[in-house]
Amino acid sequence: MTKRAGIAARAAPLLLASCGGVQSSLSPQGFEAERVATLFWVMTIGSGVILLGALLAAGIAIYGPAGWRRRLGGEGIILNAGVYLPVAVLSALLVYGFVVLRATNPPSGIAATKIAIVGERWWWRVQYRDGAGHLIESANEIRIPVGRPVEIELTSADVIHSFWAPKLAGKLDMIPGRKNVLRLQAKEIGVSRGQCAEYCGGAHALMSLYVIVAPEPEFEQWLAYEGGAAAAPATEQTREGMRLFGANGCGACHAIRGTSAAGVVGPDLTHIGGRMSLAAATLPNDEAAIARWISDNQHIKPGNLMPPYRIFSDRELSALSAYLAGLR
Amino acid sequence: MTDEPREFPSSTPRPEGEVEELRRIWARPEGLHKLTAVNNTDIGLFYMGAAFLFFHLAGVLALLMRVQLSRPDNTFLGQEFYNQVFTVHCSTMMFLFAVPAVEALGVILLPQMLAARDLPFPRLSAFAIWAYVIGGLVFFSTVFYDLAPNGGWFMYPPLTLTTYSPGDNADFWLLGIGFIEISAIAGAIEIVVGTLRTRPPGMSLDKMPLFAWAMLIFAAMIVFAFPAVILATMLLEIERSFGWPFFTAARGGDPLLWQHLFWFFGHPEVYIIFLPAAALVSMIVPTMAQTPLVGYRLNVVALIGTGFFSFGLWVHHMFATGLPALSLSFFSAASMTVAIPSAIQVFSWIATIAAGRERFRITTPSLFVLGFLFIFAIGGLTGVMVAVAPFDFQAHDTYFVVAHFHYVLIGGMVFPLFATYYYWAPMVSRNMLSEKLGRWVFWLIFLGFNITFFPMHITGLLGMPRRVWTYPAGMGWDGLNLLSTVGSFMIAAGALLFVIDLVRRLRPGEPTPENPWNAGTLEWLVTDVYSTRTIPHVTSREPLWDQPNLYADVEAGRYYLPGAPTGGRETIVTSPIEGEPQYVIRMIGPGWAHFFAAVFTAACFLLLTIKLVWPALACFVLAILSCFVWVWELDREPLAEPVDIGGGIKLPTYVSGPMSHAWWAMVVLMLVAGSLYVTFVFSYLYIWTVAPQTYPPIGAPMPPAFEWPFASGALMVASIVAFKEADRFRPQPGAKNLLAPLLIFVGAACLLAGVGIESLGHWRAGLSATETSYGAMVYMASILNGELAFATALMAGYTLVRFILGKVDAVRRTTFECTALLSYYTAGQTLFGLALIHGFPHLIG
Repeated sequence: MTKRAGIAARAAPLLLASCGGVQSSLSPQGFEAERVATLFWVMTIGSGVILLGALLAAGIAIYGPAGWRRRLGGEGIILNAGVYLPVAVLSALLVYGFVVLRATNPPSGIAATKIAIVGERWWWRVQYRDGAGHLIESANEIRIPVGRPVEIELTSADVIHSFWAPKLAGKLDMIPGRKNVLRLQAKEIGVSRGQCAEYCGGAHALMSLYVIVAPEPEFEQWLAYEGGAAAAPATEQTREGMRLFGANGCGACHAIRGTSAAGVVGPDLTHIGGRMSLAAATLPNDEAAIARWISDNQHIKPGNLMPPYRIFSDRELSALSAYLAGLR
Repeated sequence: MTDEPREFPSSTPRPEGEVEELRRIWARPEGLHKLTAVNNTDIGLFYMGAAFLFFHLAGVLALLMRVQLSRPDNTFLGQEFYNQVFTVHCSTMMFLFAVPAVEALGVILLPQMLAARDLPFPRLSAFAIWAYVIGGLVFFSTVFYDLAPNGGWFMYPPLTLTTYSPGDNADFWLLGIGFIEISAIAGAIEIVVGTLRTRPPGMSLDKMPLFAWAMLIFAAMIVFAFPAVILATMLLEIERSFGWPFFTAARGGDPLLWQHLFWFFGHPEVYIIFLPAAALVSMIVPTMAQTPLVGYRLNVVALIGTGFFSFGLWVHHMFATGLPALSLSFFSAASMTVAIPSAIQVFSWIATIAAGRERFRITTPSLFVLGFLFIFAIGGLTGVMVAVAPFDFQAHDTYFVVAHFHYVLIGGMVFPLFATYYYWAPMVSRNMLSEKLGRWVFWLIFLGFNITFFPMHITGLLGMPRRVWTYPAGMGWDGLNLLSTVGSFMIAAGALLFVIDLVRRLRPGEPTPENPWNAGTLEWLVTDVYSTRTIPHVTSREPLWDQPNLYADVEAGRYYLPGAPTGGRETIVTSPIEGEPQYVIRMIGPGWAHFFAAVFTAACFLLLTIKLVWPALACFVLAILSCFVWVWELDREPLAEPVDIGGGIKLPTYVSGPMSHAWWAMVVLMLVAGSLYVTFVFSYLYIWTVAPQTYPPIGAPMPPAFEWPFASGALMVASIVAFKEADRFRPQPGAKNLLAPLLIFVGAACLLAGVGIESLGHWRAGLSATETSYGAMVYMASILNGELAFATALMAGYTLVRFILGKVDAVRRTTFECTALLSYYTAGQTLFGLALIHGFPHLIG
């Protein structure tokens, strides 16, 4: 019994670490998430010890020899294990918690990369600024440089959402009328996933995003490209797609920089083809998925604010999808 | 008055036919008249049955959710239905199961533990129960026709405002649940007065069973916590219906105000559910160990401490909203503090088990108690973890938290409840429940519970947020979710087995087995429809263990109140601290009026929900009329002579003023109103903190000139004077006097006029209730005062009628006194409101 429990206790961290998925707070890639993961393990092991102690005491109380039971059966145990011990343990934990809460990231003094994210039903509007301070809008994916402090300004356009990229840091709410700033710093390059953590109605379950941590030069290069206008369509089919996009009023809601489409209601599509997913990490990003989304989005993400467009013929739909997929 | 020598157990022989008379007086109504029943055992069982039904209904919803989540990308339930299902599951479990189940236990167990014939307000309990059953069934049924609320059980705006939730779904939550909260408060008033005033003679507070302590604290917590959510639901419903912008940031409101109000209720709610359950364990453990609880006083301190601290840590539900580090640290520390009283209780149970005269008996109730200890300990430890703010940033709103609160709530409340069912069944039933099936029930539920909820800790840490109807494959969540689903069906199997046992073995009625567990407290005395044969004199915490022959003496009529000296239902009212007998309360029996009051109140709220305003208004009037009919029989004509309650002790049968139970209930009601108003004052000031630049904000005028509040205030003072004078001019019994009724009329009219003038002043100054949150708050103050003034006016009208019919006089004072108390309170609250609304903008402007 004891032996098996021992193995289980040692195996547990391994088990968790090995199945740490793309959205796991236990396989951190950022300084904040790492500190919290450490905090978690310290508390879990401590809790385990306390639980075993309490179970042991209960076991002795029920099955123990008379002498042991007598020693347990008075107010002494209540004061020792019910008052003094918790006061000591909790005080220590409180201090540890404060330290983690107030910790600042090494190295300080580096100017932070600033990103603004607006929670929308049910997607993320992402805004960067280039060196000259121009706004660069994107959606449903964030890119940040590794090893550099990042300040993410979080607001909401409608209801309360919560921005949560577990591998990098804890969550912070996006509340109408308020501006919250999440500070984090990535430790490793790689891709992870985040998700809205505050129930925001309807398709709350389908409001996720990818977070891409890249080396700083690559990030700068990407940002410069992202700030540019959309690629011009190169083939007959994609030119047809662009025409359909304009003629059917898609630009009333969506912007594609470099074209006449300048809508601000839905996600900016200037570089949609270069993103990892569609519809806030609901679908993979390829032509077929784009086509499905355009014609059948209410089944894919019920309640989302884009109406389904079934007006296109198959050929038109392919053209439109090819055009959008080509906007890398 | 009871210092005269007592001869208990008395040796005077009892007259013939006394028991038969008691049986006749306390007879249960039969057939259709069962609906009129008010006696605690009858309605208590019905209450518990209803709560247990909702437990199973909400459990079925949980199974639906588990099926949906058993594999990724599942389409068993659609998105919209799933969102309704989880909202109704949580709301039902919290409001229709947990709190009512605990109140039901109070109604069933308290009179027995206190050997009272009934609690002091039998019809109030029955009213609360009927209102809850009708309101609850309608609320739950919305899930069958796509009308169920879908905003989550904490209903955060702006999601729940009409812009984002246009249907009636949210209104069902706001009006349905808001109304059930009123029923909970009615129950709480009964319990506060019951535990403090209907204890058996000799049972001073320090001899009170821990369950009674816990129920007293439970009820006090309801009195202070529920008004916050009642105010919140009022504000949200008013914003939804009339566009007063309390929670709309663009007009100066703040969505976080809702969160503060909701969690100021919501966190104490957890302890409201847990404390009585913990106290049940404190009752069962000593019996199974056959020794008094070790650390009784420490336990009482722990219960009070938990109740007190629980009001200081609501913000830990809001750690992720972006609060300053100082607030986080404060509420983090406060949240941890509450672990200490829980630890005290856990180790006091362990110490009691160890101190047992014999080895701890492993019965089904013991198994559930031990299961509770294990599960609750884990829930407590994860509770400390989420109290550490940085960890909460990760764990908040994930399945880790889902696991945590199910460990706390199912471990802390449902397991003790099952222990209670097995332990106390023989108190109300001719059979005990099956010990053999009980082991199966326990192991199925215990293992099923851990298999369901333990994996959720990990699922949450792996990134799964709560309240998602679907999730993609490849996140590492699939296997864990499947495991949780398997476990949930094991729990269901256990619950089903329990129901089968219940149907087979539970036979309410006499005779019940005689103290089958050899417990020490009074609920194991022999009872009949009239409760115990006599009300014992108590000298110990475990009277059945320490007072030899008590069992037989009580049954032989050798203690208090062996007969029915006034010829009706009655019990002894004792002093709140020492438990000295003070008077005999003449209680009311079965009736239809409170039943119809409940039906029409429920109908009024539900019709309002679907916007049928006129029928709702008609039901409102009928509900008020039913209440008048109900209370008409109260405040009976005083008997000239004190009555003999046995042992040569004579007690009065009519008292008024601070000694009377009616006065106490009125004071508790005023505390409820006061809590509601304090949360309003908090809200008013909170709106100022979010818009500090100019106050009143741009677009809202300053409060009107001095004459307006002065006139309103003068009317309030006039009302107080009028009621004071009316009290002086009450006529002698049999005489008539027109001055007193006239003064009552003037007093009530002054209240109404004063509140009206206050609103008129702001309206004349050009203040809009819909343009700014400030304006909405100013008018809200008058709504709260106006409600009370209206209630006072109704009661004043009722008192006037009784005056005219000679039912109020210098001795028979209770009706008048209740009206006057409410009028003083209303005037006081309005005066305070005037100072705040007119003073504050000048003070900071």
